[in-house]
Amino acid sequence: MSLDYIAAQTFNGLASGAYYALLALGLSIIFGTLRIINFAHGAMYMLGAFGAYYGAQLLGLPFFAALIVVPIAVGILGMLLEWLILRRIARSDPIYGLLLTFALTLVIVNVMTLLAGTLGSPYSMPGALSGATNLGFTIFPTYKLFVISVSLAVCVVAWLVVDRSLLGARIRAAIENPVLVRAFGVNTPRLVTVTFGIGVAIAALAGVLAAPTTNVLPTMGDDIIIYTFAIVVIGGLGSITGSIIAGFLLGLLQAIGAVYYPPIATTLIFIVMVIVIWLRPSGLLGRPESTR
Amino acid sequence: MSPRNVLFILVALAGLVLPRLIYPVVAMDILCFALFALALDLLFGFAGLLSFGQAMFWGGSAYTTAILVQRFHVDSALAIAAAVLYATLLAGIVGLIVVRRSGIYFAMITLGIAQIEYFAAINLSSFTGGENGLPMDTRGTLFGAHVSNDVAFYFIVFAVVAICFWLVVRLTNSPFGTVLGAIRQNETRAIALGYRVNRYKLAAFTIAGALSGLAGGLYALSNRLAGLEMIDWHTSGAVVMMTVLGGSGTIVGPAIGAGVYEIINYFVSATAIGQETDLVMGLVFVVCILAFRQGIAGGVLSLWRKTST
Repeated sequence: MSLDYIAAQTFNGLASGAYYALLALGLSIIFGTLRIINFAHGAMYMLGAFGAYYGAQLLGLPFFAALIVVPIAVGILGMLLEWLILRRIARSDPIYGLLLTFALTLVIVNVMTLLAGTLGSPYSMPGALSGATNLGFTIFPTYKLFVISVSLAVCVVAWLVVDRSLLGARIRAAIENPVLVRAFGVNTPRLVTVTFGIGVAIAALAGVLAAPTTNVLPTMGDDIIIYTFAIVVIGGLGSITGSIIAGFLLGLLQAIGAVYYPPIATTLIFIVMVIVIWLRPSGLLGRPESTR
Repeated sequence: MSPRNVLFILVALAGLVLPRLIYPVVAMDILCFALFALALDLLFGFAGLLSFGQAMFWGGSAYTTAILVQRFHVDSALAIAAAVLYATLLAGIVGLIVVRRSGIYFAMITLGIAQIEYFAAINLSSFTGGENGLPMDTRGTLFGAHVSNDVAFYFIVFAVVAICFWLVVRLTNSPFGTVLGAIRQNETRAIALGYRVNRYKLAAFTIAGALSGLAGGLYALSNRLAGLEMIDWHTSGAVVMMTVLGGSGTIVGPAIGAGVYEIINYFVSATAIGQETDLVMGLVFVVCILAFRQGIAGGVLSLWRKTST
């Protein structure tokens, strides 16, 4: 096994970790404010990819425009869903949020199947990003480097906003005590809607990024949402930093594991989840008291 | 007679005439899913633990049954027994991990663990048939006899499922069932009262796993097929929908939910929607969660109590 191969797998791992981190980040932001595990997160990722595909087919929307426009459009759809449906169960046991978003997932995925069929649609790679880049120690597809950079940038911005800005302070305060925050004059319901929209938009962004590398399919979110759940559990539910770190780390582990035993790639994340639950039930960076 | 018993008798009567009303194999599917949903109700309705990975027992046992009958020509009664043993052992092991958590975490962890079995079934394609699943030529022999008549087989399954419902009623009325209820309502207090909560959760999870396995084995025999979609998380989700739609915590509800679910599926698949029946089920379930969370049986029972007082 050459060192070159390991280096290439490391970057491949970081590239899949980039998707995991984006999805886990959005899921965490949403769980933090709404106390809902958004099962429909995979469906939103899928909608992002279809947004890019139909945008190009019907409107001639270029890839770089799709990166901005599609997440905004899906984010607006998400805000509508929150405003019309999810808000109605805000005071219930979080389990019902999971069940409700599960049902919404079935509706969204099957509507897309009726519209687009079960066969995948190809989405062409933007010319500027095709080809490979020589990193000195290895040659690597330019597009994957782009995905890693975008994901890292979004993660850093999200972390800065939640951890360092006034908006973030309000979001964190609204998690701790929504009634008190409302008493200080913050429009908590609107804050929640916007946060849900942002979380969903990040999932859609991951979907747009995925479109050129995979077949765009209605079921493309089905597997990745379960991986994302495991990653969020590993990182610690509600911990944004934990989700980002776990996302990249597990993408990396998955790729390295596949070097030694290829079939493990599909299950390694779940095996790590079991080990983490055994040793540290609240996850790597989760707070024990908030995780019952 | 209590309202719930009346409902039970009505459902049992419906079960007796079912194979005369609809295609017998669909009727058998309803029975098997009723048992599967009953297992989930024991976990979710009574212990408050929502398993979103219950298909690992249902599907795993279906494969155990199909492999033993098809490849090794084992008597189907013995194959079902082995399938239940498989599900019980698996639930015991998985339970050791998952009972450390409750609520939303429990759902997410069970979902992830079930995927391990799913991918294992894909990789062990020499045993499981991989993507094609494992069809069985016949149902094999049942205690030495051939049961190829679907209606006759229906009533054998009916008897097994009826006994399981009776057992779960007894179980939930026992002190064990009462402790499960205490854990659901306030786990911290149950711990404070000195109950070894994790042991009760593990016992509930193992029993539910065994019942799910029995249901899956029977389903494989009645359809003469074990397939990957039986381990898929969509199946875990479907049984959750049946349970909640029928009325979780009512025992009779899961049977109603399974019937309603399968019958809606049956009719919707004949329309323009075709294979995408989950579109309708998803919409029904959204309305269920928003508007009548106690489910059909829960709704009927509470209405009954209101009007009779």
